[in-house]
Amino acid sequence: MNLRKYLKVYKKFLHTSLASELEYKTNILVDLITAILSLVGSIFLLSIFFQNKGYIGGWKFEQALIIQAIYTILNGITNTWFNPNLTEIVKHIREGTLDFVLLKPIDSQFFISLKKINPSGFLEIILGFFLLLFCIKINQINLSLSFLSLSFITISCSICILYSLWFFISTTTIWFVKTWNAIEVLRSFLYIGRFPLNSFSFSLRVFFSIFIPIAFITTIPSEVFLGLSQLWKILLEVIVASVFLITSRKFWLFALKFYSSASS
Amino acid sequence: MVQNIIDVRNLSKSFDISSKEPGLKGTIKHFFRRQTKSLKVIKDISFEIKEGEIVGFLGANGAGKTTILKMLCGLIFPSQGSILVSGYLPFRRKEDFLKNITLIMGQKQQLIWDLPPIESFYLNASIYDLDKFEAKKRIKKLSEMLEIDEELFIPVRKLSLGQRMKSELLAALIHEPNILFLDEPTLGLDINAQRNLRKFLQKYNKETNATICLTSHYMKDITSLCKRVICVHEGAISYDGKLDLLLKKLSPVKEVLIVCRSEEDAIKLENSGFTIKNKIKNEITIKIDNNSITSSLKTILNNFDIEDLFINEPPIDEVIGKVLIKKNYDI
Repeated sequence: MNLRKYLKVYKKFLHTSLASELEYKTNILVDLITAILSLVGSIFLLSIFFQNKGYIGGWKFEQALIIQAIYTILNGITNTWFNPNLTEIVKHIREGTLDFVLLKPIDSQFFISLKKINPSGFLEIILGFFLLLFCIKINQINLSLSFLSLSFITISCSICILYSLWFFISTTTIWFVKTWNAIEVLRSFLYIGRFPLNSFSFSLRVFFSIFIPIAFITTIPSEVFLGLSQLWKILLEVIVASVFLITSRKFWLFALKFYSSASS
Repeated sequence: MVQNIIDVRNLSKSFDISSKEPGLKGTIKHFFRRQTKSLKVIKDISFEIKEGEIVGFLGANGAGKTTILKMLCGLIFPSQGSILVSGYLPFRRKEDFLKNITLIMGQKQQLIWDLPPIESFYLNASIYDLDKFEAKKRIKKLSEMLEIDEELFIPVRKLSLGQRMKSELLAALIHEPNILFLDEPTLGLDINAQRNLRKFLQKYNKETNATICLTSHYMKDITSLCKRVICVHEGAISYDGKLDLLLKKLSPVKEVLIVCRSEEDAIKLENSGFTIKNKIKNEITIKIDNNSITSSLKTILNNFDIEDLFINEPPIDEVIGKVLIKKNYDI
């Protein structure tokens, strides 16, 4: 893989999608306001849950806020990259425009996963980081190199799991043609990621750890922030993320053999 | 000797197609128990195309023309048989192969809708690893050939269909491919835009010796661009050869309307042994075999007092229409 070429292409992707989005100023403004209101609403909802009880699933409000911050960052990443690109896969396949992607001398997964960005998602990422910094302060967390590295590793793994799940569902469009509903179900499961895993019943905890690994996406990075995480959990997250990423790649290449293109 | 750039041997393709009975009952049955059957859309076809050739694929809707093009450019995996394009197996989609080909579809577009075409051109240039200077040079050259200038800087959504198609062509040709696959490139264009596009393709073929495979329902595209046609009927090749030979075979006679100076001359001509289609006063329509058209007209002009003369070609759409519904043409 020619890294220089891919960086050059990604620079062009950034440029063209920013230029496309900036054509519609009002839309960007509405998206920005939605991002702020959504964060305020989520924190308000969390505070209501903690109003009468000091602890939920063994987590204090200040600690649960870390999960909210990580969720906001991940949601920002979802809105910046995954949403504009991965939902487009369904359209590409339904309308047959995937033909143009497949005939370009560039990796098709790279192209369809990163071609577009939604700049308003950046604000969510920034807001999430500010909330995270605030949580670090109120929870009196020491910023050490090992802490920063582990946080980086676990958040990166969360991004990989989220991307792979979404990409996997979108790929099934090659056979099922319409998979909007499955993506919506995934998005609604992600909302669950705003709450500590321990606040759910045992059976739901098993479900969200094994079948749809939402637990890995927000809870484990949050535990790292609070110094509660065990090494085996972090290792498990790395393994799960790698397996998901490799599987989604293999599944895409396998699915392309069945691509029949839309009729003209 | 000119090399074969495309070599297709015993190619077949089947698709699994589901069918549904009409009505609510049929819909419910279709939802719970989908009945699929394998449909062979391409049936054991073989052909070769030489470098620099322009070949037209003719066929009715659903005959399999587009499926053939998509297998040639590597989008669809063949069920049986072999394809070699420029020495590559297309479905492997190797980088060097993809840099050699392009696909243009009249009904689908790759340009970024909200931005001027120039942005899509530079994006494609980076994908094909062209530096900025080279990309600029190629955009200038192609835009001159396509006669587009200001349109390069207007958002795609504000361009007319003709301007958009020209821009699509430029985006698809920026990497200077050797093989062009064109699927109904003139679809929906007005007469002038169609003519300009054909002119461009002729020029591009002449200047670069690129091979062009084209499907179109506009006969003018085929007659002005392609010397050779491959007719596809229900997934099989019904004719593969020169277009003029096919036209001669299908339409062996020409109709000639002759206006004689007097009715006496018309009567004389009527009784001179030609096949008469009709006669109204001093105007007479005769049928002449394509092979003897020159000699017959010479005889008529030398022996009769002729005021005017019109040679009518049978409408090409009508002639080709005959091919599209017939299974085999041996010429």
